[in-house]
Amino acid sequence: MKNSEEYLYTRDIYGETLIELGKKDPDIVVLDADLSSSTRTAKFGKVFPERFFNFGVAEQNMFATAAGLASCGKTVFVSTFAMFATTRALDQIRNTICYNDFNVKIVATHAGITVGEDGSSHQALEDIGVLRCIPNIKIVVPCDAWEAKEAVLAAYNIKGPFYVRLGRARVPTVKEKKKFVFGKGYILQEGKDIAILACGIMVYFSLKAAQILRKKGIEVTVVNLHTIKPLDEELVVEMAKKHKALFVCEEHQVIGGLYSAVCEVLAAHYPKKVMSIAVKNRFGQSGTPSELLKEYGLTPEDIVNRVEETLQD
Amino acid sequence: MNQKIKELKKIANKIRKLIIQMISRAGSGHPGGSLSSTEIITCLFFEVMRHNPKDPHWPDRDRFHLSKGHTCPALYAALALCGYFPKEELWTLRKLGSILQGHPDRRTPGVDVASGSLGQGLSVAVGMALAARLDKKDYRVYCLMGDGEIQEGNIWEAAMSAAHFKLDNLCGIVDYNRFQIDGRVEEVMNLEPLVNKWEAFGWHVISCDGHNIEELLEAFDEAKSIKQKPTVIIAHTVKGKGVSFMEHVVDFHGRAPNEEETKIALEELEKIGKLLEEKDEEF
Repeated sequence: MKNSEEYLYTRDIYGETLIELGKKDPDIVVLDADLSSSTRTAKFGKVFPERFFNFGVAEQNMFATAAGLASCGKTVFVSTFAMFATTRALDQIRNTICYNDFNVKIVATHAGITVGEDGSSHQALEDIGVLRCIPNIKIVVPCDAWEAKEAVLAAYNIKGPFYVRLGRARVPTVKEKKKFVFGKGYILQEGKDIAILACGIMVYFSLKAAQILRKKGIEVTVVNLHTIKPLDEELVVEMAKKHKALFVCEEHQVIGGLYSAVCEVLAAHYPKKVMSIAVKNRFGQSGTPSELLKEYGLTPEDIVNRVEETLQD
Repeated sequence: MNQKIKELKKIANKIRKLIIQMISRAGSGHPGGSLSSTEIITCLFFEVMRHNPKDPHWPDRDRFHLSKGHTCPALYAALALCGYFPKEELWTLRKLGSILQGHPDRRTPGVDVASGSLGQGLSVAVGMALAARLDKKDYRVYCLMGDGEIQEGNIWEAAMSAAHFKLDNLCGIVDYNRFQIDGRVEEVMNLEPLVNKWEAFGWHVISCDGHNIEELLEAFDEAKSIKQKPTVIIAHTVKGKGVSFMEHVVDFHGRAPNEEETKIALEELEKIGKLLEEKDEEF
């Protein structure tokens, strides 16, 4: 089955998209902090060496410098691993990028548990949480490489600071994908019983889980909520109204991410049982991506089990 | 006395009076470091920098970034005297809805980038200097830092990168008044040998008396002439300069003068102003 599917690195497509944008717009500048071969910004650096700046291992300087460039009219793409982008440079992102509402587009790679063997220090699992409460920033978690491209283009086209969250591993292309509209989620498949709301690689796993559940007689709606901020509140409420229960799947801590965002909306507008499939307040560790997905309860089987347990209650 | 120097001294005195009045009316703020940086800001805004108060976003303007954001009363006074906004706005400092926030903010005409969280400003200036190079513009970028502030690691990351990128259009200034909130800099966290540090990071270093207009103007001229590397001016200053009971007094880092103190401070500055009007000799 794997053979019939396309597996791509989201970061490969990111690197290529940067070059496309760079050809079109001379005001695009790209910054990296010694990870340009991993984040693929090095591709841009090769084509546009004068508009690519490597800051070495100094993320705080890189992010505050991005603000300075943006203050002079540049659209600045800044890349490093999600861990170092969001926690090391959080003050710079909060006070100097977001407060000024600058055109700084943070495209971070290596987010989530599927970073794998590098272990906990490199597995950002709280990045959405720490950024989500900062005003002005917009957050997108694309489900595959082609949606990553759409997310990067949206970040380019829409004014202000952005966070686009990419992973390390190659990810399957989601065939059922719909047109990407920033700020709007979309339904991949409809079922009358429950709805699974997901982002990132969990969209693909949710579709797999829905297939298994269907065989067990449970009809599932699967929604891609790629834009975490601003959240598509209307769609979330609609899903709550139409289904017995909601399940939120994310490669992130249970605290602060998509689950929190969904619960915030529903608590105010349509109180409802919402269950989380996420990392449960634990740090990551070394292992292969598939081992880790199992260990942290993020596989299609885990989603199936959680749905069945909940419906039995 | 050279007429230009005398004029700048008069402006510095006006700025000092405004600093005292603004902070006194606001009831809070940071007089010590505002008063220590007064001549630096005066020289930049009234002599050194190319800028147009009628067109704050003029693409070719020299950039000024106040990395030590807490001493913004000095900057606000200078901006008002230049004509960026009406002087009356100064009395709204730190009030709800004011264009003059407690720390610099883009809602103030003449402020390009907000500051306040220390240590980030030199990086912002590096970004502005890189943008000048990309746009093939000849504007210069000035960044005023505090001495306590440069204890932040981010400053030294920025220092390393400015030299690496050979940003000769960038000029940093350290307001070396030797005090920070918790006491003397050398006791809280020693910076010395400071000149060696900047030199080791690849900068051209100029030390001068940060209250001496002639020395400051010479330093800024020298900075302009340095090629292939950034310049930092270590401006030796006095915290609370110009008001007898504030000089070298750490308490006035972040405390507003009360009514009585305000009166005395303004009388002292008024006297200096009168001497400047009447006499020609240096003092």
